Amino acid sequence: MTIPDTTVQSTADDGSPQSNGTNGQHREVEVQQRHRVVIRFAGDSGDGMQLTGDRFTSEAAAFGNDLATQPNFPAEIRAPQGTLPGVSSFQLHFADYDILTPGDRPDVLVAMNPAALMANLADLPLGGILIANSDEFTKRNLTKVGYAANPLEDDSLSAYTVYSVQMATLAQGALAETGLSKKDAERSKNMFALGLLCWMYHRPTEGTERFLREKFARRPDLAEANILAFRAGWNYGETTEAFAVTYEVAPAKLKVGTYRQITGNTALAYGIVAAGQQSGLPVFLGSYPITPASDILHELSKHKAFGVTTFQAEDEISGIGSAIGASFGGALGVTTTSGPGVSLKSEAAGLAVALELPLLIIDVQRGGPSTGLPTKTEQSDLLQAMFGRNGESPLPIIAPRSPGDCFDAALEATRMAVVYRTPVMILSDGSLANGSEPWKVPDVDSLPHIEPGFATGPNATDESGEFWPYLRDDDTLARPWAVPGTPGLEHRIGGLEKADGKGSISYDPENHERMVRLRQAKIDGIPVPDLEIDDPDGPDNPAELLVLGWGSTYGPIGAGCRRVRGDGLSIAQAHLRHLNPFPANLGEVLRGYKTVLVPEMNLGQLSLLLRARYLVDIKSYTKVSGLPFKAEELQNVFTDALKGDLL
Amino acid sequence: MTATDLGLPSLGGLDGVPTTDEKQTAKDYTSDQEVRWCPGCGDYAVLAAVRSFLPQLGLKRENVVFVSGIGCSSRFPYYLNTYGMHSIHGRAPTIATGLAVTRPDLSVFVVTGDGDALSIGGNHLIHAVRRNINMTILLFNNRIYGLTKGQYSPTSEIGKITKSTPMGSLDHPFNPLSVVLGAEASFAARTIDANRAQLTEVLTAAAAHRGTSFVEIYQDCPIFNDGAFDVIRRVGDESKQRIIPLRHGEPIRFGLEGELGVVRTDDGYGLRVAPVAEVGEDAVVVHDEHRDDPSFAFALSRLSDQDLTHTVTGIFRNVDRATYDDGARQQVRDAKASRPADLDTLLRGRDTWTVAAE
Repeated sequence: MTIPDTTVQSTADDGSPQSNGTNGQHREVEVQQRHRVVIRFAGDSGDGMQLTGDRFTSEAAAFGNDLATQPNFPAEIRAPQGTLPGVSSFQLHFADYDILTPGDRPDVLVAMNPAALMANLADLPLGGILIANSDEFTKRNLTKVGYAANPLEDDSLSAYTVYSVQMATLAQGALAETGLSKKDAERSKNMFALGLLCWMYHRPTEGTERFLREKFARRPDLAEANILAFRAGWNYGETTEAFAVTYEVAPAKLKVGTYRQITGNTALAYGIVAAGQQSGLPVFLGSYPITPASDILHELSKHKAFGVTTFQAEDEISGIGSAIGASFGGALGVTTTSGPGVSLKSEAAGLAVALELPLLIIDVQRGGPSTGLPTKTEQSDLLQAMFGRNGESPLPIIAPRSPGDCFDAALEATRMAVVYRTPVMILSDGSLANGSEPWKVPDVDSLPHIEPGFATGPNATDESGEFWPYLRDDDTLARPWAVPGTPGLEHRIGGLEKADGKGSISYDPENHERMVRLRQAKIDGIPVPDLEIDDPDGPDNPAELLVLGWGSTYGPIGAGCRRVRGDGLSIAQAHLRHLNPFPANLGEVLRGYKTVLVPEMNLGQLSLLLRARYLVDIKSYTKVSGLPFKAEELQNVFTDALKGDLL
Repeated sequence: MTATDLGLPSLGGLDGVPTTDEKQTAKDYTSDQEVRWCPGCGDYAVLAAVRSFLPQLGLKRENVVFVSGIGCSSRFPYYLNTYGMHSIHGRAPTIATGLAVTRPDLSVFVVTGDGDALSIGGNHLIHAVRRNINMTILLFNNRIYGLTKGQYSPTSEIGKITKSTPMGSLDHPFNPLSVVLGAEASFAARTIDANRAQLTEVLTAAAAHRGTSFVEIYQDCPIFNDGAFDVIRRVGDESKQRIIPLRHGEPIRFGLEGELGVVRTDDGYGLRVAPVAEVGEDAVVVHDEHRDDPSFAFALSRLSDQDLTHTVTGIFRNVDRATYDDGARQQVRDAKASRPADLDTLLRGRDTWTVAAE
């Protein structure tokens, strides 16, 4: 969809901080209205770009814009300063309508050093705005990344609107009288940049000032220094003649409700807390630190007041093992990890399948194989989640589609795990984990209740009065959850095959056959909602092309479809949340379209499953760059596909 | 006592586990499963000892849990009428950890073997011991892989001829007591399957200890490592000259008439065996299982030779040390006491905005 920008003249007399030191004198600045803006902050890993981007995001959220963010940072904590591998960036897309992605290309690039410029310039469209911290464009820093001449000083950037600002010098100047060391003053240059951008986009500033006071509560001098630098940046925009235009992005018309900004990892953690509350079960998280899943461990460790116990295990196996032990004892066992950790947990996940105990296994996927790309995103663990255990070892798989959706996924997975006494895998990924969006805070009273339904007495169908741990519920095929401490239900379970019903060890061939099929039938029989199709012309006049995705690609696929429809073409979109079992209507849906295209951030794992299961000639579009799909990229793919020109 | 010095809660290993006044017998703890170890296996003796020791604890049977890994010894839980889990190879301590942390009302036992605990599960063993989680680990050491039919184990002697080492094993063995004492085990003991009295005494002390109690049990595998411990298992003069029994507060003496004793090495760092007549009674070390410095217990563990020339048995170390699980539960209690847990407040966070109807 092409969104026209309207330009209006007005004075920049809104959004100014009360205490900005300009005595209320505003010069005439042109204000342009924008429907959407993409800003990318890029700098050295130590420059505080994630924090800067995060703060701007909070201001955009508080202002009521719809937004989506995408951090991009190296796996190294501090790569050598000023080098290309050390560049860290944070991209933010905010708009006055509901957006779906963090944006393909930035409208504004903030480059804190030559490396950040070199690494990001290719993404800046011609005519885009570049704001560069010229202090860092020294001969040494330029040479480090291979610039022969200073691009800020020759005409190599003439295709862009370039603002060259001595951010560090100006920040230091603003802090001259604080007595702060030169180094500390220089470090506040990111807040200077933030202040300048806040001025440029009419962002409110109180939130950032409050944030800085809280963040540096123990160092009030640093808090004030950062606030001074922040205001200096704002004033720089306001008072210097360099900037002739500012931009306004009006609040978005979101559904009525209370909103907050949330990342996927935080939403998952909150979903787990809520699942504990809604089930009345104590939560036990067994986890080993791994990027990009560690933040779930960090977040949950703050919420012990909700009866959450977090255990940083000695390794991935102990993470899941301890969670299984906790589940055996009647807690909600949870383990969180990323792809390599799932590999290590496989055997124990198989044990949980055999034990038929509730368990959440959360895989925040990243680039693989092996260590791969720890900080980048990929969807390449789908087949591992499906099949990465020995034997016939089915378990349900749920994939959230957006950061906020991770909350619902955690609740749904818990309900499934508890009702069906099974481990459930949640497939998040790096882009969901660290990306953020406005999230409509749910009404706590509307959250589903989850009934643990612990076994309380013997269940034998004969006169023995015994407890049979593998006697299944007729409806769900779930076995009873009998926790230690319940008198009369003492029983032994384990990884060896068990006799159907009584649960004692059984090597009987017919019993094994039956148990394998029962475990499969239990998972296959879990009801999941039918797949919904977004097909503008309705089922009677289906589009030629159905695009089917899963997980985090929901945003870019939706944005791509929106663009294609904006061009007057017809395209249908559907998104899979349940990867196992699949929705009952999936086969019918796939057969109802002339062409089905599945874009995935892997080499076609869902396509493989769909082709095998439904014998439909799925077309696959794949990408494994470690970065999410772009809306423009998918728009082109979809348009080509509609022309019958598939890759 | 160390407990008083450090201000630790003087809890026993079974405090918090519900008890019963009903009389219990070994039969009550016997499940309906047929025991399927090989005839003559040392595991039978341990099972019999455990079945008769458990009733003495006076616990509610439903609050006792046995968790095992993989191997012959790991079939143990099936034969006890308690809650039990026969898990996967080497991982029993991890499962017991999650259970013990979330359920202080359970008495948790881990049953494992030399391959399960020291090879595939070595990492979990040392970390459970390090954290001092309230559980009792029984390591059945037969110095061989039995269930996989006779490969050498991490406690097999160098040069051992097995199916996988036809020219002799090259692996330097672990001394299990040294391993766990290196991880600062708060309770570490060794006993022998054939010695029912000592086995029961050690198990009782282990269950009463709060924290991880580690008990190594020398156990004979009549099929793949027959007679490995015969020189110390057989009651008689030979075993008296080899076994060094530890008794808290008593000089460490052994032999036919107590003619041998444990004394400090000349350099002062270790311990050695010497004839008491040569060194004098005053030189014989008095055993103190409560000694806080694990070096003493470690030095005792080094007196045990792989060839069983000498073998120390009894309780090496029994000290009070903060336990991970008590601490973890305390943090949850503190957090609950310090602020109300309100889900709505959590979900809203600090920065919300409202979109109103137009």
